[in-house]
Amino acid sequence: MPTDAANSEALVPLRDPTTKLVRGPAIDSAKPPTLVGWGNLPAPGVEVLSEDLQALTAGRVLSRGLGRAYGDSALPPPGELEVAGTTLADRIVSFNADTGLMRAEAGLSLHAINGSMIRRGLFPPVTPGTQFVTLGGAVAADVHGKNHHVAGCFGQHVTRLRMRVADGRILWCSREDHPELFWATIGGMGLTGHILEVEFRMDKIPSSWIWAETIRVPEIGEYIRLLKESASEWPMTMGWIDCVSKGRKLGRGILFRGRWATPDQAPNKLAEPFGRLTVPFMLPSWTLNPLTVRMFNAGVYRTPTHRLKPVHWESFFYPLDKVRHWNRAYGRKGFTQYQCVLPDAAGPEAARRFLEVLTSTPGGTSFLCVIKDCGPQSQATLSFPTHGISIALDIPVRPDTQALVDRLNEATLAEGGRIYLAKDAFTRPEHFRAMEGERLERFMAVRRAWDPDLRLRSAQSVRVLGDPA
Amino acid sequence: MRYHLPMHVAFLGATKGMGRSLARLMAARGDRLVLLGRNLEDLQRSASDLEARASAELTVETVACDLGDPSSFAPALAAAEQALGKLDCVVVTAGLFATQDELEADPDRALELVTVNFANTVGFCEQARARLLAGGGGKLCVFSSVAGDRGRKPVIIYGAAKAGLSAYLEGLDHKFREQGLQTICVKPGFVKTGMTANLKPPPFAGEADAVAVSVLRAIDRGSPVVYAPWIWRYIMLVIRSLPRFVMRRIGF
Repeated sequence: MPTDAANSEALVPLRDPTTKLVRGPAIDSAKPPTLVGWGNLPAPGVEVLSEDLQALTAGRVLSRGLGRAYGDSALPPPGELEVAGTTLADRIVSFNADTGLMRAEAGLSLHAINGSMIRRGLFPPVTPGTQFVTLGGAVAADVHGKNHHVAGCFGQHVTRLRMRVADGRILWCSREDHPELFWATIGGMGLTGHILEVEFRMDKIPSSWIWAETIRVPEIGEYIRLLKESASEWPMTMGWIDCVSKGRKLGRGILFRGRWATPDQAPNKLAEPFGRLTVPFMLPSWTLNPLTVRMFNAGVYRTPTHRLKPVHWESFFYPLDKVRHWNRAYGRKGFTQYQCVLPDAAGPEAARRFLEVLTSTPGGTSFLCVIKDCGPQSQATLSFPTHGISIALDIPVRPDTQALVDRLNEATLAEGGRIYLAKDAFTRPEHFRAMEGERLERFMAVRRAWDPDLRLRSAQSVRVLGDPA
Repeated sequence: MRYHLPMHVAFLGATKGMGRSLARLMAARGDRLVLLGRNLEDLQRSASDLEARASAELTVETVACDLGDPSSFAPALAAAEQALGKLDCVVVTAGLFATQDELEADPDRALELVTVNFANTVGFCEQARARLLAGGGGKLCVFSSVAGDRGRKPVIIYGAAKAGLSAYLEGLDHKFREQGLQTICVKPGFVKTGMTANLKPPPFAGEADAVAVSVLRAIDRGSPVVYAPWIWRYIMLVIRSLPRFVMRRIGF
C-alpha cells in the first residue's frame, strides 16, 4: 500500500483549516433552513453539494452522505449551518474485477454499486438494511448487516481511507499508516475528519439470488435459541419480532436465514434491480397509531413462511427499500430508532427482560422490531456491535419519547450493552459515557490528537459527547 | 434493453452532472466512449469510473479539449475519431453557468459565458457536424436549456446564449437530417446537479440520472428536441404564451 510519501498527489496542505473553497448558498438569516435525519427531526442546517469533495470539505466541520442516520449524526453543530454533502462525489476511482478491490469517492452509494456490480458477480462484503447509504456513511457508522456473525462490520473490509483532517491536510490512513486515525474513523461518525475516498474489497457471489427460508417462532426465548443455533450454518440471519404482544406471545416473530444461492439453486436469470413505490408526501402523524401498529405486527407474524427457495437479493437484504421515503409514514412529528446490543454475557434471557421493559413503558409501541445476531467486536475504536444480539425498534416521537429512551438505556446498561449512534436522537451523555467507558476515552484521545479544539463535530457530538457548542 | 449497435461517442462534458449520468448509461450498455475536457486528471477519474461500471471490458480514452479555446476543437475531435475507429455520435454537455446577479456584477464574466456557451459551442458543433457528415452522418446531441425558450428576468444572459444555441441546433437539424445527421437539442429544466447546488430547487426539479434516461432515449430515436424532466415541455409552453405585460411583472 502506498504511504503518504509515495502518494504525494494526496498531500494537499491547507494550513488555514477554516478557508472555504466552495461557497454555500445564500441564507436568509431571518428564516434559516432546516435539515433532518431519516427520523425527520429538524435542526438548523443546509447541505452544500459539490462533485469535488476535496474542495468542498475545506473549512467545513462535518460531511453528510444520504442522510440515512435516523437522528442528528449528520446535522451540523449549533452555530454552524453548513454540512458538506458528499452524494455528487460518486465515482469509482479504480476497480479490479479479479481481486474485487474497489477505490471510490465517499459519496458513492451501495445502491449504485449494486446496480452495476451484481451482474458482474460482486456484492458489498457487508450491507446494512438499506442500500441508500454512501460509502463514507458506511465507514463512519461502521455499518453491519445480516452477516455480522461471520463477516463483521463494513470497516473490517476497508483497506484504506483518504481523508481531510482537522488541520486541513489531506492524507491516506490504513492499518499501517496512521492506524489510530484509521480505526477511530471507522465507526467515528465523521468526527475524526472528512472521508474523501474509501478503498475496500467486494465479495464474489456465486449467483444473484439468495437461498433462503423463513420460520415462524412463537415467543422470544425460542426465537433467540433459533437465531443463535442458525449462526453456525447460515451466514445471514435476522428476524422481525412482534413487540406489541405481551405475556406468552411476547417476542413472537419470523426468522429469516439465507446464503448466496449456488448456480444450480438459482433461477436461470439475473435478479435485476427493482422498481420502487414511493410515499409521495408526509402522511399524518396518526397514521401509525397503536391500532395500526398492532395490526401490522399481527400481519407480519401471519405472513406465510416458506421453506428453502431462491429469493431476490433486494427482497432479502432491503425489504424496506421497496418503498421510497417510507419515513414519511410517521408524519411531521417524526420518529426515532432505538438500537442496542445486549452482550451474550448477559445470558439468553436478556432479550426477554429488555422487551418486558419496552412493553411496560408508556409509548413503548414499536412498529417494527428487528433482532439480529452479532459476532465479535471489531478493532475499530467506537464500532457498535459486539458478541450478543442487537435489538432495533422504530418509535414515533411523542412527548414521552425522552423518558422511554432513558428507560431503555437504563435497561441496556443493566445488561452491559450499548447503543448505536447512527440511530440515536435522544440518548443522554451520562448514559453514553457509562456504556462506552474506556472505549470513549480512547476515541476522544485520538480526536484530540488530530483536532485539539474539537472543530470537527456534529449536532450529535455536541449532544452526546459534550463537544463545544 | 433493446438491441442496438454500440455507438462510438465523443463526449465533451462527461465529468459532471447530467453528462456524468448520461455517459454512465452509455458505458453500461456497451457504447464506446472518448471523453473530451480540459482537466485531464479529472477526465481520467471519470474514465476509470465508466470502465468500472461498463457491462463488458471497455477502455475509455481521454482527450484534452477546452470549450474556452477554439483551437483545441479540431485536434480533439480528430484524436477522438482515431481512438474510436469511427465516430457516430458527439455529445456536448459542457458549458458555463452563473446567476444573473453574478453576471450583471461582472461584465467580463458575462462576455466569457456568452462566448463559451454560444460562439464556441457553435464552433465546436460545426467541426463535429463536418466530421459526422464526412462519415455518413450520425447523432449530434447538445445540451441547451429551457432558459433559451423565452427572455426571463433570472436568466437574461445565460438564457440568451442558450436561445442562440437552440436556434442554431434547430437550423442544423432542418438542413442536415436528410443527409443522415440527426441533431438532438436537450432542454433540461431545473435539474439538481453541482451546477445548481446553490439555488433553491423549484417544483418539478429533476434528477440527473432520470434526465439521462430520457436523453439517451431521445438520442436513440433521433428526437430533435427533448425537454427533461418531460413536464418542462408544458411549463415552457405556458411561459412562451404569456403576454409581455405578465412576464414583466412576474419574477420567473
